[in-house]
Amino acid sequence: MMILSGDPPRSRILTLVLVVIILALAATPFLFPGAKALNVAAKICVFAALVASYDLLLGYTGSVSFAHTMFYGIGSYAIAIALYGMGPNWAAVATGIVVGLPLAALLALAIGLFSLRVAAIFFAMITLAVASAFQVLASQLSWLTGGEDGRSFQLPELLRPGTVLISKSMFGFEVNGRILTFYLVFAVSALMILALLRVVNSPFGRVLQAIRENRFRAEALGFRTVFHLTYANCIAALVAASAGILNALWLRYAGPDTSLSFSIMLDILLMVVIGGMGTIYGAIIGATIFILAQNYLQSLMGVASTAASEAGLPLLPGLLHPDRWLLWLGLLFIASVYFFPTGVVGRLRNPAGDKSAGNSH
Amino acid sequence: MTDLAATDPLPKPKRDLAPILLPVALALVTIPLIGSPSTWLTLTAASLAMGMMIFIMASGLTLVFGLMDVLNFGHGAFIAVGAYVATLVLAPFATSIQADSLWINLAVLAPAALLSMAVSGALGLVVERVLILPVYGQHLKQILMTTGGLIVAEQTLYALWGPQIIPMPLPASLRGSFILGDVAIAKYRVLATLIGLAVFIAIQLVLNRTKLGLLIRAGVENREMVEALGYRIRRLFLGVFMTGSALAGLGGVMWALYREQVHASMSDELTVLIFVVVIIGGLGSIGGCFIGAILVAMVANYGGFLVPKLALVSNILLMVAILMWRPRGLYAVTSR
Repeated sequence: MMILSGDPPRSRILTLVLVVIILALAATPFLFPGAKALNVAAKICVFAALVASYDLLLGYTGSVSFAHTMFYGIGSYAIAIALYGMGPNWAAVATGIVVGLPLAALLALAIGLFSLRVAAIFFAMITLAVASAFQVLASQLSWLTGGEDGRSFQLPELLRPGTVLISKSMFGFEVNGRILTFYLVFAVSALMILALLRVVNSPFGRVLQAIRENRFRAEALGFRTVFHLTYANCIAALVAASAGILNALWLRYAGPDTSLSFSIMLDILLMVVIGGMGTIYGAIIGATIFILAQNYLQSLMGVASTAASEAGLPLLPGLLHPDRWLLWLGLLFIASVYFFPTGVVGRLRNPAGDKSAGNSH
Repeated sequence: MTDLAATDPLPKPKRDLAPILLPVALALVTIPLIGSPSTWLTLTAASLAMGMMIFIMASGLTLVFGLMDVLNFGHGAFIAVGAYVATLVLAPFATSIQADSLWINLAVLAPAALLSMAVSGALGLVVERVLILPVYGQHLKQILMTTGGLIVAEQTLYALWGPQIIPMPLPASLRGSFILGDVAIAKYRVLATLIGLAVFIAIQLVLNRTKLGLLIRAGVENREMVEALGYRIRRLFLGVFMTGSALAGLGGVMWALYREQVHASMSDELTVLIFVVVIIGGLGSIGGCFIGAILVAMVANYGGFLVPKLALVSNILLMVAILMWRPRGLYAVTSR
């Protein structure tokens, strides 16, 4: 209970599902051989943390930010540029962290103080504008960021796949640097999610929920809502930047498509909504469902598309083309906002389907 | 809202001139910076044309927000749909487009623009009924729903037209420039400015001189009161929403002709631009939106000429500066 900050999943099925997901993730290197499974598992870990931090904003304060990928990107680029420029050593990793995290927090502070003063809707629009400007900036400053190509880099010796820590002869499994990196990603993501659970269940988190429900009343109770919202924005930005660092370390690459693009923002929104806003656990569920679907259903769409074009059907091949994956995602997104506003977690906690929960006005 | 005794005369609307002077001042300040008067005139004409196009696209968004407190994150979709629909008309009549007669060109362009407006307007009807009606009054869900709508619309455009960029050449008679002395002003920019001004004047006339406009303005001020007086504000809202969508479609056609190409990603790019304009102008204010659009275009054009590197973030800097001065935008209309 202590580790979950007194906020257990509160549903037997949910607990079971979470335990299965976490065990499966932890055991991926040994259960599912192959690079793809490990990639998917690492991506689930990174995104679970990223989405949980977004949930802090969307689910707990009720403010929609479109700049979350910007912070994610800052983390990614900071570590990538540091490792690219300083070579594969631990000093570079430390530099990336020391530069990236404060930068993200400062930017979040500036945006928050600037736009959270007025209406919540301003925040959404301003974050969108700032994020798009940042994206343009990142692709234009190619001397620093590598432009559209991004930056590929080498990891420190210890984390490379070639480094064998425990040879195959001992347990039948080879534990190399790649697996060590995976566990680093796994552990840091888990820690961040637990920290976020701690945050939302603290008195501070309660104030955030009060602001979500009725900002005016929260203010009348004497809370300086702007500061609470801005702190929440900074915490979310820090976690997002850390997730970006993990992602860059795992991919050994940072570029606009993997860390800054607007479609990642949409993915995050979808994961939060599917998983369940304002629950933190929803992030784990949402990220798992979404990334599994993205990696395994997309190839299914390709098969369906070819089948449809062979059958000579009009339009369908185009609609089912794997590149049109976002179309179905968008429809799913609208449907889940409309029909399942509380997401999977909300449904599992309250099977009767309490429609009023999770709404924010 | 100040309380008035019944005997007091109605207060005169306050004339707030500072925002109007802002673009004028900006234009004057840049004359010595740019140096050459002919370049300055060309840039100013370009800013006006660009500003008018942005205004046409953004006007619907700001009205919809002002009237019904609905922020449509999918507004950019109407722009792209308008542009794509125009290609349906313009592509088959490519020869008439290249004919060197203004009237033949306009005879093709006008139906294309009208069809675009009709389709975007009809799409507006669907979007309002399907996406916005169920989540009416809930900001968070509105943002999520309309963002979802934007994705679906954009992807459907890709599925129907393919991901490639579609060229959309300007009609022959609208190419080239009017040459006045050593100043060159592109013909299409003059046309765009005229259309933009016409739209602005039409909106202002409808809002300020008709009963419909009175109801809309009253709805912006106090929705419940208008409803209590027996007007169906929902229907009024639907009308404004469809008009706004149709205008976005028109703006899309004009923007596509300006850039001479159509691509579904234009909705993303322009969404950000019109958001900046709407924020600068003050959510819900048509006049603010007009000035905001011109300011954004001026900063883009002058900035692009003077400090090209800065042009990337000029919008954001402008927005920050304006919001420092007036945190609710140039003209704060609503009490929200």
